[in-house]
Amino acid sequence: MMRLPKFEYHAPRKIADAVKLMAEAGREGQFVAGGTDLYPNMKRRQQTPKVVIGLHRIAALKKITGSASTTGVSVGAGVTLTELIENRTIQKYYPVIAQAARLISTPILQNMGTLGGNLLLDTRCNYYDQNYEWRKGVHFCLKKDGDTCWVAPGSKICWAVQSADEVPVLIALGVRVKLVSPGRERVIPIAQLYSRFDGIHYLTKQHDELLTEILLPPANGWRASYAKLRRRGAFDFPVLGVAACVWFEDDHATVRDAKLILGAIAPHPLEATEAQKLLIGRPLDENAIRAAAAAAHAVAKPLDNTDFLMYWRKQMVRPYVEQALNELRNPK
Amino acid sequence: MIPSAVAEIAGFCMQVTRTRDPPKSGRITATKPYPVHLMKNGSSKHLEVVGKPFRKVDASAKVTGQTKFADDIVLPRMLYCKILRSHVPHALIRKIDTSKAVAMPGVVAVITGKSLPIPYGILPVSQDEHALCLDKVRMIGDPVAAVAAIDEDAAFEAMNAIEVEYDPLPVISSIQDALRSPGSAHMDDNPSRTGGPQLAGENKEAWRIHGYGDHGNVHKMVALEFGDVEEGFKQADLIREDVFFYEGNTHLPMEQHAAVAQVDGDGKLCLWSSTQTPHYVHRALAKVLEMPASRIRVIATPNGGGFGGKSDPFPHEMIVSKLALLTGRPVKVTLTREEVFYCHRGRHPVLMWVKTGAKKDGAITAMHFRSFLDGGAYGSYGVASTYYTGALQTVTYKIPNYKFEGVRVFTNKPPCGPKRGHGTPQPRYALEVHLDKIAEQLRLDPVAIRKNHLVEPYSLTSNYLRVGSMGLAACIDKVVTASDFKNKFRNLPYGKGIGLACASYLSGAGLPIYWNHMPHSGVQLRLDRQGGVCVMCGSIDIGQGSDSVLAYIIAEVLGIDPFDIRVLTADTDLTPVDLGSYSSRVTLMTGNAALEAAERARDLLIRAVSEKMNIPATRLSLSGGRLFDVENPETSISFAEAVQIAEARFGTIGTVGSYTPPPSAGKYKGAGVGPSPAYSYDAAVAEVEVDPRTGIVRVERIWIAHDIGRAINPALTLGQVEGSVYMGLGEALMEEMSYRTNRNVVHKFPSLLEYKSPTTLEMCDVKTFLIEDPDPNGPFGAKEVGQGPLLPVPPAIANAVYDAVQVRIDEVPITPDKVLSAIQKRDEKQEDEGESANGGGTGITRGVEEPHRYGPKSVPEVDWPEPVRVKPPWDGGTGKEILREAVHARE
Ligand SMILES: Cc1cc2nc3c(=O)[nH]c(=O)nc-3n(C[C@H](O)[C@H](O)[C@H](O)COP(=O)(O)OP(=O)(O)OC[C@H]3O[C@@H](n4cnc5c(N)ncnc54)[C@H](O)[C@@H]3O)c2cc1C
Repeated sequence: MMRLPKFEYHAPRKIADAVKLMAEAGREGQFVAGGTDLYPNMKRRQQTPKVVIGLHRIAALKKITGSASTTGVSVGAGVTLTELIENRTIQKYYPVIAQAARLISTPILQNMGTLGGNLLLDTRCNYYDQNYEWRKGVHFCLKKDGDTCWVAPGSKICWAVQSADEVPVLIALGVRVKLVSPGRERVIPIAQLYSRFDGIHYLTKQHDELLTEILLPPANGWRASYAKLRRRGAFDFPVLGVAACVWFEDDHATVRDAKLILGAIAPHPLEATEAQKLLIGRPLDENAIRAAAAAAHAVAKPLDNTDFLMYWRKQMVRPYVEQALNELRNPK
Repeated sequence: MIPSAVAEIAGFCMQVTRTRDPPKSGRITATKPYPVHLMKNGSSKHLEVVGKPFRKVDASAKVTGQTKFADDIVLPRMLYCKILRSHVPHALIRKIDTSKAVAMPGVVAVITGKSLPIPYGILPVSQDEHALCLDKVRMIGDPVAAVAAIDEDAAFEAMNAIEVEYDPLPVISSIQDALRSPGSAHMDDNPSRTGGPQLAGENKEAWRIHGYGDHGNVHKMVALEFGDVEEGFKQADLIREDVFFYEGNTHLPMEQHAAVAQVDGDGKLCLWSSTQTPHYVHRALAKVLEMPASRIRVIATPNGGGFGGKSDPFPHEMIVSKLALLTGRPVKVTLTREEVFYCHRGRHPVLMWVKTGAKKDGAITAMHFRSFLDGGAYGSYGVASTYYTGALQTVTYKIPNYKFEGVRVFTNKPPCGPKRGHGTPQPRYALEVHLDKIAEQLRLDPVAIRKNHLVEPYSLTSNYLRVGSMGLAACIDKVVTASDFKNKFRNLPYGKGIGLACASYLSGAGLPIYWNHMPHSGVQLRLDRQGGVCVMCGSIDIGQGSDSVLAYIIAEVLGIDPFDIRVLTADTDLTPVDLGSYSSRVTLMTGNAALEAAERARDLLIRAVSEKMNIPATRLSLSGGRLFDVENPETSISFAEAVQIAEARFGTIGTVGSYTPPPSAGKYKGAGVGPSPAYSYDAAVAEVEVDPRTGIVRVERIWIAHDIGRAINPALTLGQVEGSVYMGLGEALMEEMSYRTNRNVVHKFPSLLEYKSPTTLEMCDVKTFLIEDPDPNGPFGAKEVGQGPLLPVPPAIANAVYDAVQVRIDEVPITPDKVLSAIQKRDEKQEDEGESANGGGTGITRGVEEPHRYGPKSVPEVDWPEPVRVKPPWDGGTGKEILREAVHARE
């Protein structure tokens, strides 16, 4: 059996206590929510915090509050994926978030995994998500214990893949997140969290910052969809995720604004800006969709470090973008 | 029992079925074997247990979590073992320093190869494994040292503190590399010139993974010719050649291997292990530990899945045994999932070339089949696997002239061995797709080309396999009708397709793994004076239901409730030898042994009661827990009373039964692989949906008909069929044991998450039909079901994909990238030729031009040995090979 390394464990009840504990622990500390990402990584010795600060007792992280029509809705980082899927407000006003959550791993993992944990999910790579003995066989990699990125041996950066399903969706929606550290609190657009193109330093979040809230915009004037490519209908991480969000003019036909975010195809989520431009100012018809899909295709940078062949994954950008955009046609 | 008496067993079976007649008509008089074909299907109505969907005898314990698997065993003072494995693919061990590990807290013992220097291996011809590598490692995952400590954490820490220095050796990572590596007969001395692997240094031996085998890294070459293929090709109207590749894949049992060893007060060793072959483990332990077998006891714990992956003796079994002997404390090991990937022994990757001559009506005149097996780092069952890739081609369609050449090579990867279907799914896939292409070229219906040329029941094939009952025609009819195949084939819209394939498999290997004349299965039965019945047998239930089959058969004969029987299995101290749960042998072989033991017990009861009650024995019958006079059913006594009367008359009532398969008809060198007491048959139709924009294949439905001879329990049979379809689906669509050959040959993803195997969401609908064509060699006519139904699945899917999008995928797994690339190549070509891309249409005129394909283009050149030549039976052959002199004289 693979076993966890030894560590010190805390289970604070307050946000303030959690961030204080983290400040004390410094680089040796790590938060854990559902643990569905962190604990397997610890068993494989990819992550080896000495102090683990559990968040599941902090009631303040488990709330869903606000109004979908006016202020927008705040979702606590500790809300589980199952709670998200079952929440009436989310189902009714933000169905794409529930849909993406339903596509994450399996129902059993959804019971444990949280939205916050998903957004901060470690980047993934077939050279990194292996146990210690396996990694020794390739002399380790840039992301952990080694100095070469085996995916792109000439590369200075790590090519581990951003693999969380909710990330492209929430970026497309223009969500903001609240980060709290001792004596400091800031709210930033979620896209800013992922502005670095590097599989190691994949977040702009400070080490001691706790993600507390995900602030959803009011749910009017846009429609969004998510298409996920993976081998099987359960378990599997995305190897391509396409989130699309479209704002319509008052005529309900002309596209006023569009966001097209590609996940799981590079170390950070990719915004298909050219493709977005091709959608704006015209109806969302077949030609527009085809043109956007072609433009998005050019953006994707898959390498050989996930399931499936990389050239095939790249080719899948077109049909998956088309699928995501087609879902947004013909408003009901 | 001597082999020639086997026919008698059939006689007994029939006799038994007659005793189960309703009392009014029943007679225990039949002494002559009843002609089997007369008792087809119908007679099952006389049976009380056989043929009924009883639950498994171990079902309650399994579903309530009470079954004790090896990892559930906890003993006082038990130590935990961890095994340090090589992280380099091929190297000499320069030095192992265990001093730091030994000094760590909680560590009780650390051992290296020096403690276990004796080699072993499942086949007598491949004794090439060591429990811990002595001086050389041959793959990542090879065991190098082992620790026993007071808990798993301490053992893990200590394992990581062991320091090993390696001197790297050249790495062989493919069939091509292995064939061309220095020292091989196919290689002149300059590897760079012939495109072989390159490494400085002149030492040819450094390239060799093993010091034995045919030459270089060639483990085994075989060549057999039955009849005269060149002559056969001359008679053909069409000759077709194809090349296929079947990627390796692994068993993926839910239960990881685990074992516990304990030395008792008398110094006797007991090993509990999740193994399919306790008898072979027993033999290997005696050899490696240099202990008399009488002082070793092996208990196979219920297997949480085996599929062939627990059929070899494994290093961890030797290691915990040694550690228990050294420390005097019980020692347990539970492998991680990654280690299970390294144990492997799964499906060989096989490259295949097949050339067939056929008449206009599809009759095969000759077939020449070549296979190239990537064996991995050890022999395992590989010699048998090699022969199996060429053995069963002949038992479905008539092949009057047949030539087989096979080669297995060593590479620095986990060893391949037997996985469900052992060596036969690969050639079956090739054969059935090849036949589909021949049918299309000859403009024949794929149903007709198969059905019109089936091997006759009760006949000998060109390679001397003795076919018994043969229900393939009925299987084909069932699936073709049920699926509406004839209307759908080539008529479904673009993107939807349907395909047919057939197959056959053994009901147990005709020969044991080590040469001997003893039975393959033994059963002991003990009847208690209070009415209890205990059956003891060396067979191990790996989930397939072998414990239940023992109980059902004995219950049937003794007229008692199967759930009243105590089933005690797989304990080398308490149960007679059964060779193990492999090659689909258990229902037929232990079933026959159980039948014999039960009939002997029944005869004792009847004789004693007949004497005591003064009723002729022929009038007595056992049913419903009672023994009664069939002419006067009110006269009856309970089963327990009958046992008491018998015990008073004869003493303690215990009987034995055993089974030895009939001798093989083939006597040539290599004839040992392929013969079986009975062959099962399958036909399957797959209906698929292919998305031409992505290449993603979805299998919607599979209709499968399995000729089982007779289903001892139809519910368990259905479970085996559906499980096989599921496994076949995984092999066909996604499973691959793939390695990064440019990165030290690491396994790409030794984990349950990234080694892709279907979930319930990918599982297709399955419609199963059981064809009962009782075989005289099977107990109650039963044949196998554990493996055969996997075989037609990959080719049926491949043929359906072709029907859907008109490209051939000649390589398994059929992944979306392969399908898409073939479609794109085809479409590009059409555009080049100025044809308009006509929407859903294909643009290919079938039969005129070869369809586009994805697959290997060629096979390596090999200097095949002179074949063993054998005259087919219809040419006056005797099953012996033609002497070499005679061959030369003819030429
Ligand atoms: C078999 C398997 C399949 C999976 N499939 C998918 C999939 O398809 N798609 C997908 O997106 N994910 C998948 N996952 C990953 C994971 O289950 C989910 O992403 C889940 O949402 C993670 O949430 P968690 O609460 O369990 O995270 P944790 O493991 O608790 O935490 C993840 C990371 O976030 C940090 N963290 C968590 N909460 C906070 C916070 N509030 N503030 C600061 N830091 C925090 C932790 O320190 C850690 O680094 C899979 C996991 C497994 C084991």
